[in-house]
Amino acid sequence: MRILRHRLFWPAAALVTLLVVNTIANPNFARITIRDGQLYGNPITILRDSAPLMLVALGMTLVIATRGIDLSVGAIMAVSGAVALTIIDDSPNPGSVGTVVVAVIVAVVVGLVLGVWNGFLVSVIGIQPIIATLVLMLAGRGVALLITGGEITTVNSAPYKFIASGYLIILPIAFFIWVAAVVVVSMLERRTALGMLTESVGINPEASRLAGVRSRGIIWSAYIASGVLAGIAGVIYASNTMAADANSAGYLIELYAILAVVLGGTSLMGGKFSIAGTVIGVMTVQALEKAILFLGVPPAQAPVFFAVVVVVVVLLQAPRVHAWGRAAGRRMGVGAKPRTDDRKEVAA
Amino acid sequence: MDGAEPLVELEGATVRFGAFTALDGVDFRMFPGEVHSLMGENGAGKSTLIKAITGVLPLDEGSLTLAGESVQFATPHAAQAAGVSTVYQEVDLLPNLSVAENIWLGREPRRFGLIDNAAMRRQASEVLDGLGLDIDPASILGSHSLAVQQLVAIARAISTDLRVLVLDEPTSSLDTDEVAELFRVIRDLKQRGVAILFVSHFLDQVYEICDRVTVLRDGALVGEYLTTELLRIDLVQKMLGRDVAEFATRERVVEPDLPPDPFLSARGITSAPGIVDADIDVAEGEVLGLAGLLGSGRTELARALTGIDRPQSGIIRIEKSEVRLESPRHALQIGVVYSSENRRTEGLLPELSILENIVLAVQAQQGAMRRIPLARQRELAMSWIDALGIRPSDPDRKVGTLSGGNQQKVMLARLLALSPRVLVLDEPTRGIDVGAKVEIQNLVGELADNGLAVIFISAELEEVLRVGDRVAILREGRVAETLTADSLNPDTLLALVAQPDLPEA
Repeated sequence: MRILRHRLFWPAAALVTLLVVNTIANPNFARITIRDGQLYGNPITILRDSAPLMLVALGMTLVIATRGIDLSVGAIMAVSGAVALTIIDDSPNPGSVGTVVVAVIVAVVVGLVLGVWNGFLVSVIGIQPIIATLVLMLAGRGVALLITGGEITTVNSAPYKFIASGYLIILPIAFFIWVAAVVVVSMLERRTALGMLTESVGINPEASRLAGVRSRGIIWSAYIASGVLAGIAGVIYASNTMAADANSAGYLIELYAILAVVLGGTSLMGGKFSIAGTVIGVMTVQALEKAILFLGVPPAQAPVFFAVVVVVVVLLQAPRVHAWGRAAGRRMGVGAKPRTDDRKEVAA
Repeated sequence: MDGAEPLVELEGATVRFGAFTALDGVDFRMFPGEVHSLMGENGAGKSTLIKAITGVLPLDEGSLTLAGESVQFATPHAAQAAGVSTVYQEVDLLPNLSVAENIWLGREPRRFGLIDNAAMRRQASEVLDGLGLDIDPASILGSHSLAVQQLVAIARAISTDLRVLVLDEPTSSLDTDEVAELFRVIRDLKQRGVAILFVSHFLDQVYEICDRVTVLRDGALVGEYLTTELLRIDLVQKMLGRDVAEFATRERVVEPDLPPDPFLSARGITSAPGIVDADIDVAEGEVLGLAGLLGSGRTELARALTGIDRPQSGIIRIEKSEVRLESPRHALQIGVVYSSENRRTEGLLPELSILENIVLAVQAQQGAMRRIPLARQRELAMSWIDALGIRPSDPDRKVGTLSGGNQQKVMLARLLALSPRVLVLDEPTRGIDVGAKVEIQNLVGELADNGLAVIFISAELEEVLRVGDRVAILREGRVAETLTADSLNPDTLLALVAQPDLPEA
């Protein structure tokens, strides 16, 4: 029963349950077809469409681990998308790969700068994270509107469109982008000491200061990472729609990202974090959204359906609910779950 | 007293956490009008027993009887309603409310459905007067010292129909006068027939105030004794279950009052709050004890010397060259380390492993990008686990699950892994069991023998004398005197420490 106590067991169980229920409800849900050497089907769409949320949630995981929160990620997505599309739109040659590369780099750098700004407010000035990032959350979309001149900029650029909808070998490019981001962030956190020091700052900032940890740099780096990842997410989102819509790009994504992080088992109190957990959390949110579409839940009822499932998933993971479950099992004399074998005689 | 009915009686109490049995078939009783002490090392089951009689934890087996009636408290609130109250070490009142509001919180006197503030203050005043306490009920609780807050917590308990009062380590943050005041209140309650459970690791206090002692070890009952019939050495042996580890007396470096060549020398340190013009010298291989009452500036001085707080003025020299300690990080870099008295809030990271807690400071010095290879981390952690005897010796165990003494050792290991040259220990033995305490005292001696300059702060004067080569006496933020430990005994040191507080009697 060791597996039951693994911290990723319940998040993973929730995701699997969701997928199984969907497949039972409609076996077509899990169907994957091959066309021209490329895979299609709901599971593939989920993998592709999760890219923006995955990137944003990755950054959010690091920020939450430092006891912070980044509400500005949606706005950063809007700004970075607006920057990328405006550059392409203004270029004499929107279809050239060079233009697109420049546009993407500038957009991501803008995300980085905004992340630096957030981190500066939090780690140097000492403003509470929720307020510090609220500034950009509210102002960012205004900046995006300013960049696009108040319009929804639309462009026609095959290389740019390729980012969100293109395929590499048999799977979508967007999938490879988020996998690469997960690998890079994991390596950065776990192959260096950044992960441990981040957790130490998140668990107890004062104890970390006394141990000589440079918490300012660590907290700052988390917001920078979050900004960069939101910048990339903005590029992918804009590539998907090929339009820079300052109001709808990344709308409410900060809340879905927080949800995904928490579903993945990272505590909002900061400290221990799990990137694998966040991946599972994002998949859960994405699969749920897909299921709502696929199962034909009417749009008017979709939010309620979403909410009910989220409540069930959260309850499934709550330690107190587990304790109740164990107690109920004991009372009924079935399936008593002793923590280890030497408790058997007690449980019986 | 044996003829009387026990007020509280616990029979065969058993509490389990998973596979771990925290309390194993323990019998325990308290009589009205007695002060009872619960003794045992950390992890002996003291807290669990307290929680079992105050409704925090349910009993897995056994029964609890209060005044002859079998009871089962579902919540601490239910226990309080039955007259069983607890005052914890860290007072759990609301510092932003007034004293009167805290006393009556949740059961405020009402008039026409609204809180009757005048009546509340008047009644609070009566309760406080009844305890002989001169505290303004309208004053804000947070403006008072911890000792007064604790007395208010007791007043709150008394204002119900109090039959049993549990005091969990009530004196660990109090100075001598405050302890005397607390004891006066305890004796007063005893007169009224309240049964008081006094849990403390200060043996002196236990012998001073308690009538009876129950000793626990490893979750099991060792026995119940009258304090007057139990020798101190026997009590310690019963708690430890083995012979007391002897404090290795160490060859004292016979030095004149001031070492000619101090390794660390501080002059005119002034630091808010409370340190005025303090001079400190420590030589290599020397332990300087720092003695003073609570509020004398012991901790503030230690923090000013180690870069935690930046002093407003003063000079710190290390090996004769002046240093300016910008931050704890900078101080650690030049080998000046500080171990805080608050393990929980300024020391440990309970959710991280022993290994991570130990390598943290070394890793922080190396920088986040240059990770110490895992094998090296493990080797480093294991070497300190062995050297300091950290139990359990599993480096992947979460530090939050260790006993106080072992947590203290983990904190020391983290600092010692930096190979420091000046070690400032602020109450390193506070709240840990006797065995671990002796081990840490011995360790401090060994470290000094290996050439470290150690500053050792403790509220226990005997300990300061036993460990220190010289003793600096702090009074109201000033270093009043520095004397050799050999020239002092606990009584003379107490007199020096307490001097300004002793006007002509």
